[in-house]
Amino acid sequence: MSAPLLELTNVSRHFGGVRAVQNVSARIEAGEIVGLIGPNGAGKTTLVNVITGAHRATGGEIHFMGERVTNQKPYQAARRGLSRTFQIVQPFPSMTVRENVAAGALFAGKAISRRAAMDAAEAHLNFVGLGKLVDAPASTLTLPNRKRLELAKSLAMRPRMLLLDEVNAGLNLSEIDEALRLIREIAAQGVTIIIIEHLMKVVLGLSQRILVLHHGELTAEGAPEDILEDERVIEAYLGDRFAKRRQGAQS
Amino acid sequence: MSAFIGGKNLGLTIVLGVVAVLIALPFIGDNYLVRLATFLCLFSALALGWNFIGGYAGYPSFATAAFYGLGAYVGALLQNAGTPMPLAWLGAGLGCAIFAAALGPTLLRLKGHYFAVGSIAIVEIMRLLASIFADFTGGGMGLNVPILRGGPDFAGMVFLYAMLAVAAAAFLTTLAVDRGRLGFGLRCIQQNEDAANMLGVDVNAYKTAAFVLSAIFCGLAGAIYASWVAYIDPTDVFSILLTLKVPVMVLLGGAGGAYGPLVGVVAFMAMEELIWSNFLELHHGVLGVIIVILVFFLPGGLLKLRWPQILGRFRAGGDAKSEAKAAAE
Repeated sequence: MSAPLLELTNVSRHFGGVRAVQNVSARIEAGEIVGLIGPNGAGKTTLVNVITGAHRATGGEIHFMGERVTNQKPYQAARRGLSRTFQIVQPFPSMTVRENVAAGALFAGKAISRRAAMDAAEAHLNFVGLGKLVDAPASTLTLPNRKRLELAKSLAMRPRMLLLDEVNAGLNLSEIDEALRLIREIAAQGVTIIIIEHLMKVVLGLSQRILVLHHGELTAEGAPEDILEDERVIEAYLGDRFAKRRQGAQS
Repeated sequence: MSAFIGGKNLGLTIVLGVVAVLIALPFIGDNYLVRLATFLCLFSALALGWNFIGGYAGYPSFATAAFYGLGAYVGALLQNAGTPMPLAWLGAGLGCAIFAAALGPTLLRLKGHYFAVGSIAIVEIMRLLASIFADFTGGGMGLNVPILRGGPDFAGMVFLYAMLAVAAAAFLTTLAVDRGRLGFGLRCIQQNEDAANMLGVDVNAYKTAAFVLSAIFCGLAGAIYASWVAYIDPTDVFSILLTLKVPVMVLLGGAGGAYGPLVGVVAFMAMEELIWSNFLELHHGVLGVIIVILVFFLPGGLLKLRWPQILGRFRAGGDAKSEAKAAAE
């Protein structure tokens, strides 16, 4: 069996006494779409931060494409093809939309010049549906458009793996459908995707496999339909009383 | 980019015109004008130097005088040790580059106000070091530098051309940075450092590069200044006033472009000449007032004002008046 694209071995991250991520081990194969779910405060974003180098790991090892990348710097992750979107969007406010995306193409996407980066940016912006706003300052965009911009920036980095941290939060239903279509198209281009999401409809519809985090630990892992039936998952989301009641009803 | 008033070529044409006048000045102007022009070039070099770290990267550096003073002392000491003057200047630039490269990675971890305070502390520390190591630097007694032979007119010309060369090099470097990868990366850092890092910008390397560029031009200017005035002491070259004046000049014109710092230097010096000659006592007070006005009314500097609209309004006002007059008649 070949090495996975991303391999986490006993990864931990503690903030003082708080064990935000505790002994997480997982393998993500190239081409997968993996959902990462868990209640608020379960450590999902912290895990993404550790993978992309925004936080140092307190313990454990991370391998990406067979290379040990534990405690890499964020810019190194970006250049290796590990790109992420932020839960809270992070544009360069007074640059134009095109310049925002060109930055990704130039510094991580291996564009050879600023001109080439600008051209690449335009293509990615057309792809996410911002083609008409290329010259607008990023600060003038609406929230759905900022999310699209965030996605275009990540794509311009030519990632092998894309970590989507709540790209759909704050969007309405038709905007979510549009975002799902984009994510599927990106996956079809061969980009491996880890998606963090609160909306079950999105996660279940997209993911081939789901990882469940609870209190910083990986409590369950499996296909979407199995995860919904998993006792530990129900307990994590709805509390143990509900889980027991449900068990009693079944037997 | 947005810093141009009337297209790219207008700014460049004006700069080239001013350079031509400065080159001709020793032949057509008196010593007072040559001296003023040398100061103009000196402050242009410092302002353009500050602009790399303060304008492009958005780190409010008050370390200008630290580099300026270090350059002055390194240049002076090298010259006193027998190094030919131009080589001493280059040595000073190199010394400042090494100093900034060593200091940058630590100092540039600080952000915002903390960085400002940290950078101003460097000036004070350097001034104290220059005072304490009196055997080496002359301490509070100051340091004499060999006077250039050939008479005041010849010396005036040499130092004007030397300062002009440094300012021109700073300007050309700014144009290259502005159009290249470094300038783009620095602008990303200025807008959102964390996001820049996530996008693949090696933020520490980029910030340090901006700091080093800033140090080189300030150090060269300081070394030439030391040779020009032939005497330096710690309070003269590690001057807090200088370290404040340079950012004020850049902010007055507009930070983060090639032309803003130059506009700021010219506007500030013109104002300074007027104020010096009219209210000698209030000189420092006026600097304070300018800072306040900048903060409240001109956050983007003079170049960011919408000049076409402002001029257009004056013109429209004039037309309306003359039309009203014509109608009344």
